[in-house]
Amino acid sequence: MADSGIDPLDRGIILATQAGLPLVEQPYDALAAALGLDVDEVMARVRAMQARGVIRRIAAVPNHYALGYRANGMSVWNVRDEQVRAIGRQVGALDCVSHCYLRPRHLPVWPYNLFAMVHGKTREQVAAEVEAIAALLGEHCRGHEVLYSTRILKKTGLRIKVD
Amino acid sequence: MDDIDRRLINRLQDGLPVERRPFDALALELGLEVPAVLARIQRLLDAGTLSRFGPMYNAEQLGGALSLCAMEVPEERFEQVAGLVNGHPEVAHNYAREHRLNMWFVIATEQVGQAGDIIAAIERETGCKVYDMPKQEEFYIGLKLAV
Repeated sequence: MADSGIDPLDRGIILATQAGLPLVEQPYDALAAALGLDVDEVMARVRAMQARGVIRRIAAVPNHYALGYRANGMSVWNVRDEQVRAIGRQVGALDCVSHCYLRPRHLPVWPYNLFAMVHGKTREQVAAEVEAIAALLGEHCRGHEVLYSTRILKKTGLRIKVD
Repeated sequence: MDDIDRRLINRLQDGLPVERRPFDALALELGLEVPAVLARIQRLLDAGTLSRFGPMYNAEQLGGALSLCAMEVPEERFEQVAGLVNGHPEVAHNYAREHRLNMWFVIATEQVGQAGDIIAAIERETGCKVYDMPKQEEFYIGLKLAV
């Protein structure tokens, strides 16, 4: 397991909140009561996990499909290695991009090193967002493509493994 | 979904602070009492408009490593190869995409570096080369869908 510094009490908090945060006025008090812990300790642990990146944020995950965002495309970019991290951060910060990663090339068949998942209401909108990213990148980008998925062949979902 | 729901959905995507009463500031912003805000969130969850509300856990920090792999599969063998790839329990997602590299799958393993065995097995079984594209760096994860 990656070194995330999770101890048994943290695991308890993770298990108790995997399905969500209690929808009550004082959710951490509710969690503390359920776990037999002090509320200040629960909040301190959640803040610590957030600081370490184990928790990204306490937020809502919207259902793309329900909100009309039915299209997504995996945009891939060939960016000069010296610039790719700075550019990756810019692209990753865009509202329409859900995931942005640096990955290895496999020349000659695959010259792309930056991957960004772009979401939109229609494929046309996704294509427009990709062109906007291309304009943002300008001469730093030596080529790009967008790969649309045509079928989901398997989707079991990732489960958080907590022993 | 009314205008207040829309504002709520947009705001909730940014995240709430870890405080004793985390909904207070949001309720004030929306001109509502906290119970009304909670009721709206519950309704949006029940309707499936929101998938989840709570701590967003970084699955890789907790569950191990993910590897993205791609293959170029001849059309006439596509279904057969998909079945072989999907047969591995470590393959969490598998998508057909429009490109010369037309099959893209994610291998989830407990530790970084364990995907190699599964990749070797898939190459043997399918006769297709697997292009392993592990993430070398991740740049901010977060989709903001303006409603």
